[in-house]
Amino acid sequence: MVTAVFDRARRVPGSRERAGDLLFRLTISGVAGIILLAAGALAWQLARESASTWKSFGLAFLWTSTWDPVSDVFGVLPFLYGTAVSSLLALLIAVPLGVGAAIFLTELAPKRLADILMFAIELLAAVPSVILGLMGIFILVPGMRALGAPYGVGMLTAGLILAFMVLPYITTITREVLLTVPRPLKEAMYALGGTRWEVVRGVSLPYARSGIVGAVFLSLGRALGETMAVTMVIGNTPKISASLLAPGYSMAAVIANELAEAASDAHLSALVAIGLTLMVVTIVVNGAARLMLYRLGSRK
Amino acid sequence: MAATEIDMRPMSLPAESSATPKAMPIAMSVRDLRASYGAASVLKDVNLEVRERTVTAIIGPSGCGKSTLIRCLNRMHEAIPGATCDGDILLGDRNALALDPVLLRREVGMVFQRPNPFPTMTIAQNVAAGLVLNGVCDHAVLAETVEKSLRRAALWDEVKDKLDAPGVGLSGGQQQRLCIARALAVEPRVLLLDEPCSALDPIATGRIEELLLQIKDQLTVVIVTHNMQQAARVSEYTVFMLMGEMVEYGLTRQMFTKPTDKRTEDYITGRFG
Ligand SMILES: Nc1ncnc2c1ncn2[C@@H]1O[C@H](COP(=O)(O)OP(=O)(O)OP(=O)(O)O)[C@@H](O)[C@H]1O
Ligand SMILES: [Mg+2]
Repeated sequence: MVTAVFDRARRVPGSRERAGDLLFRLTISGVAGIILLAAGALAWQLARESASTWKSFGLAFLWTSTWDPVSDVFGVLPFLYGTAVSSLLALLIAVPLGVGAAIFLTELAPKRLADILMFAIELLAAVPSVILGLMGIFILVPGMRALGAPYGVGMLTAGLILAFMVLPYITTITREVLLTVPRPLKEAMYALGGTRWEVVRGVSLPYARSGIVGAVFLSLGRALGETMAVTMVIGNTPKISASLLAPGYSMAAVIANELAEAASDAHLSALVAIGLTLMVVTIVVNGAARLMLYRLGSRK
Repeated sequence: MAATEIDMRPMSLPAESSATPKAMPIAMSVRDLRASYGAASVLKDVNLEVRERTVTAIIGPSGCGKSTLIRCLNRMHEAIPGATCDGDILLGDRNALALDPVLLRREVGMVFQRPNPFPTMTIAQNVAAGLVLNGVCDHAVLAETVEKSLRRAALWDEVKDKLDAPGVGLSGGQQQRLCIARALAVEPRVLLLDEPCSALDPIATGRIEELLLQIKDQLTVVIVTHNMQQAARVSEYTVFMLMGEMVEYGLTRQMFTKPTDKRTEDYITGRFG
């Protein structure tokens, strides 16, 4: 038996293996190629469908804030603003909470409690976004109103829902990377007279930082593209307001709301142009995340 | 060569060597120390006195509790979930088990078996890490201490031009001296080393032994080692442990020439372990 294993290990790859290898490589390259092709075709299709918008407004479409389907004047800025601000608000709320929760779960909580909490958090990640939207409408909106927000719906409400939505990602990923911090490193800091908090700050967080940055960008990607929950609570008003309590609109929300009943070809084209903008924004964010992770990784 | 100098060391002690180290006051003492991991009892009534500005070696076969013993001395033992210890440990005349472990560890430093510099820090930051914990942020003070500690750890000449390079870029032996410098930077009274040379080649080991002989003028050193020659070369006192018990404790010279316990003799002459 042992010799059989050795024989197999030592066997020179014959022509049969090489053929299998080739087939495998072709299949894999084919699948990868199809994915790329599909993405390329999608972008091309979006560009083609929105060509008339780009023709009539040019790049000014990106920084005009009129959205008037009746007189066919379109600009994406209020939606771009709404998407960016609600997503950034979400991160502003979710990152400290999520990282804090992960630190608590790895460093402080007894194992049993940590396991139970982790289970609950993972469950939260599985809640469909329309349910979160309902929760927003029934709990968050009246709550905001009770706290003095004029409408209840608005940018901050959308940010809160999004924060709720990405919190599980940030917590789970951060906890996972915190668990990989080698024990000897933590012991080194303890042995120097570090407190628990100093060990977290001086050893664990720096060691885990590329993972945390990854989690943040993953969350940002999710928040930028989230449609349903945001549509339900953002207020759906294409206006840029200084107040975070005022209603706004997001790119994904306007497409979902208006695509089915687009008044004209120009309107339809403008909605597709928003779709293309959103796609570019998401790709840029993801690219930036990759680049940052790569930089952090090579520095370590 | 350097190695010969080190070999000479125990013999170069005065003939009345028993008198010289005995004169030293006691830095740490351990009384009836028991330690366990959960239900598994690992140390049984260990008694020990570590004298100031001497090197005490702890020897014994693998698994006999050497690491556990020195990890009790700076209370790293209790950082392991389920691990407990009781008995008395005195640092000078203070009860170490009643002190805040964080403060105790600033006085009782530790160097581990595998070099463990902080991977996200430069060489200088690694050495300064303990000072920064203590709230020192004056750059001049930090720079001065970094240089002094690296010199004491016999590493300065090799790294003085690349203090801002990552600590993990050094060789294993250099990393271990970096860890020693890091431990020395906070001016501990006692330095514990757990098999600090087991991952190093003989030349790197020689360097570390040399530096131990230099720093013991200023502080107390406790070193766990598997290497009998190393114990003989660097230590004044030796503790021999077997299965969680302290079998024999005395002057190194005596223990290596005429041990009182049969088991010590067997271990030293290589008959087991
Ligand atoms: N974290 C732990 N959990 C449970 N048991 C442990 C743990 N660490 C050590 N032990 C047990 O305690 C005993 C003493 O271990 P210790 O590490 O102190 O031995 P040692 O003398 O340092 O050995 P070595 O020379 O191999 O380093 C061993 O039987 C070991 O199995
Ligand atoms: Mg050990």
